[in-house]
Amino acid sequence: MSLLEVDDVVVQFGGVTAVDHAAFTAEAGRITGLIGPNGAGKTTCFNVISGLQKPNHGTVRFDGRSITRLPVHRRARRGMGRTFQRLEAFGSLTVRDNVRVARDIARGIGGLVRPAQADVDGLLEQVGIAAYADERADSIPTGTARLLELARCLASEPKLLLLDEPSSGLDESETDAFGELLAQLAAEGRGILMVEHDMDLVMSVCDDIHVLDFGRVIASGPPGEVRANPQVQQAYLGYSDAEPAAEPSDLTQELEVVR
Amino acid sequence: MSTILSFTILGLFTGAAYAIAASGLVLTYTTTRVFNIAHGAFGMVMAFTFWDFSQRQGMPTWLALILVLGVVAPGIGWFVQRFVTRGLGEGPVSVSLVVTVGLFVGLIGVAQYIWPPAPRTLPPFLPDKGVQIGSTYVTAHQIITIVLSAVVAALLYLLLNRTRIGTAMRASVDNPVLLQLFGGKPDRVASLSWAIGISLAALAGILLTPVIGLSYFDLTLLVINAYAAAMLGRLKSLPLTFVGAMGLGVLQSFAVAYLPSQGNLAGLRAVVPALFLFVVIILMPQAQLRIGQVKGIVSAPLPSFPRSIGWGIALIALVAFLTVAMSDANLLLVGTAATYAMVMLSLVLLTGFGGHVSLAQFTFAGVGALAYAKLDEPNLYGLFLSALIAAIVGALVALPVLRLTGLYLALSTLAFGVLMDKMVFQADFAFGYNGTLKADRLSVLGRSFDSLGGYVLVMATFFVLMALFLLLLRRGPLGRVLIAMRDSPAACGTLGLDMRWFRVALFGLSAGMAGLAGGLFAGLRGTIGAADFQLFNSLPLLLLAVVCGVTSVTGAALGGVGLMLLPVLQSSRPELAGLVFAVLGFGAVALGRDPNGLANQLFTVGRLLDRRFGDRVRAVVPVLPLPRGRADDGAENAVPLNEITIREDVSAGLPEDSTTDSTADSTKDEEVGAHVAARG
Repeated sequence: MSLLEVDDVVVQFGGVTAVDHAAFTAEAGRITGLIGPNGAGKTTCFNVISGLQKPNHGTVRFDGRSITRLPVHRRARRGMGRTFQRLEAFGSLTVRDNVRVARDIARGIGGLVRPAQADVDGLLEQVGIAAYADERADSIPTGTARLLELARCLASEPKLLLLDEPSSGLDESETDAFGELLAQLAAEGRGILMVEHDMDLVMSVCDDIHVLDFGRVIASGPPGEVRANPQVQQAYLGYSDAEPAAEPSDLTQELEVVR
Repeated sequence: MSTILSFTILGLFTGAAYAIAASGLVLTYTTTRVFNIAHGAFGMVMAFTFWDFSQRQGMPTWLALILVLGVVAPGIGWFVQRFVTRGLGEGPVSVSLVVTVGLFVGLIGVAQYIWPPAPRTLPPFLPDKGVQIGSTYVTAHQIITIVLSAVVAALLYLLLNRTRIGTAMRASVDNPVLLQLFGGKPDRVASLSWAIGISLAALAGILLTPVIGLSYFDLTLLVINAYAAAMLGRLKSLPLTFVGAMGLGVLQSFAVAYLPSQGNLAGLRAVVPALFLFVVIILMPQAQLRIGQVKGIVSAPLPSFPRSIGWGIALIALVAFLTVAMSDANLLLVGTAATYAMVMLSLVLLTGFGGHVSLAQFTFAGVGALAYAKLDEPNLYGLFLSALIAAIVGALVALPVLRLTGLYLALSTLAFGVLMDKMVFQADFAFGYNGTLKADRLSVLGRSFDSLGGYVLVMATFFVLMALFLLLLRRGPLGRVLIAMRDSPAACGTLGLDMRWFRVALFGLSAGMAGLAGGLFAGLRGTIGAADFQLFNSLPLLLLAVVCGVTSVTGAALGGVGLMLLPVLQSSRPELAGLVFAVLGFGAVALGRDPNGLANQLFTVGRLLDRRFGDRVRAVVPVLPLPRGRADDGAENAVPLNEITIREDVSAGLPEDSTTDSTADSTKDEEVGAHVAARG
């Protein structure tokens, strides 16, 4: 039994089908990548899993039980945490208070009465942003804010982490450190499902990869297999011809890897 | 039979006018995401303009109509979109609500200033014409209105479905950024829809005026009917909006025909639209959490707790000094200011910390006052019970809209305000129509406060205690969660917070604070009536709270004084009464984007002065310990001088200050004076 099972999910916006009968899984203790060209439906899948978007069809199972009908916060209480592609840090709180809020919420009413102190700084250490602890969250660099979202997410001790482009905004050495952090988090038993454009990172840290294109899962498997899949190559190359200027840096990176 | 027919036709007539207004509202909301609370106010001003052109200046009706609908209204719509509401749609809903409430109040002020109260009539179109249908006489004006609504519907359909710009309008509903990427011009689309929207408001206002008269408030509040109709179409669907408008019109007409005009249910006839709005809002489906609209706002700095206490004691000392120095008439004003300041504190909690807007905060104060007078227990027990009752009522208002987001919560407070105004406050079991209730002054632990001065001091103490409570709350874990919810509801949800009950509790607490203020106010005045808590008063309250700074308790103190001064200013120069509202309204429009308001400007000036002169002052005057004891003489209750210059607490708004020995302080008071002067 997988930690997360997405089955036959369909999401339509007006006439556009953003997710088209998508099915994939994520396992506990492993890092799963969800990749695909821009507009493939990755973030929409995340929204369906975390409950921010109702699917038109299909089910989501988490930890053996269906969560398709649960509201956002109940899914979180079952042990699901996520970060956002467009940042959702609490801008007018400090970095430390961002994490503290998450910890308080996770501990429920008791947490609101007797707030947590010590382990919050530990989490900031762990993701490497302790230096920013007293800065306001809307004044820190994007990459740091993404790490903050990860720390905030970890504060609620989730079984499954949904990370939406966590490494964008990080430089090369930071990305390496981030990869190690992910491996460590997975080794502790957490499941990680990650949408990511940095193919080097994806190929080096992911245990499994699912590739989405036009809302459909066109390939699944370990990195080597996915990389060699002709359909995947087609999807990426096809997009590169149609939209040459969309995201040059990401695209060249992706192409290099695919070639 | 014939009565049913005639009431149906009457209902279809008003429904047609609502439909015209509501379609304008839907058009502006869907294309720009700004819900225009002032939609009815624009209709009102345009109806007055039409009266001015056609009656006062004697233009032919057709010319006046073309000028108003084709030039003035679209021009104003274009202007407002271009310079006032542009870009508000992407921000927090509380900001766009405050800005359009500012327009609402400002427009009423402008109308009162340009067209001072006087009897005016606007004849219907083709006054002598009409047709006989069976035994029912239908006027030409009614027929014209119904036909016009069909014409408007047809034209809107053609515009949206058969023209390029109409397609762009529909596209901008879904995604303005995408529209821009594909070469569309969202700004042009927005301007056009506001131009059309205001024109439609104008048309509805002009059509309704012969029936309901040229009144500043009646025409403005007609917008509630338009909201109600638009809500049925979920602010998206024009056909459903038309259905809602017609249905509401007929329902209202039948209510007039068949509901009793005597007894407790008599008020029901007047609140049909508000009830309709309430029901439609309750039936709305669960809202999805929206991502990507987070705007962390720069909040006012949070003072340390000892410093807050210091300022609190300074404020009480100042009021104590005033009780000795002032006449009873002026003391009554100080007590009124304290009441307003307490109600504004409840808005600091709800809007400043929580990001929600209440358009009927005075109504909750009224609930508290009513409960206090009815309980007839003039002691702490009675006061707190009144506050509790207000809190429960507040929670009950928020409960049905549990699943919905800010805009609907705000609109349901508006509907609630109307319901309470007409159904409860004026009913015989409450204050009664034009009636009053007696209320005794509070006694604390057996000690009664018969003198006005003593009672005002009690009120000031309550204000300080409530302010300290708020600051403590804000510093604690609950306060952090409140801010987190304001900054990103989506993130809070994915962290496991069930925001629905939190929101209900927040609303309840805020209403309870307002109710406590209401109870104290009842004791201050001795006799109170429904007129003290009219719905309309809540709007200037909200605006002044935002203008003065809704994120800090200092802002609440400033705002309380400001709101108390409004009627004083108006009665001293009656000819400028409208202008005061206009200045307040448009001031809020200008400042609405910064909820920290004037209080924050004061803090900035304070920090500046501290940097310039702080060290020099500290060198001359030794630092005093925290204030001790006696609260009867302001001068003895100085706070540490090194902390004076940063005003983070309550005393800034008062006209005089106890700590007269500081140069920095007197400069800041001039600053306050300048702001007050600028407002008035």
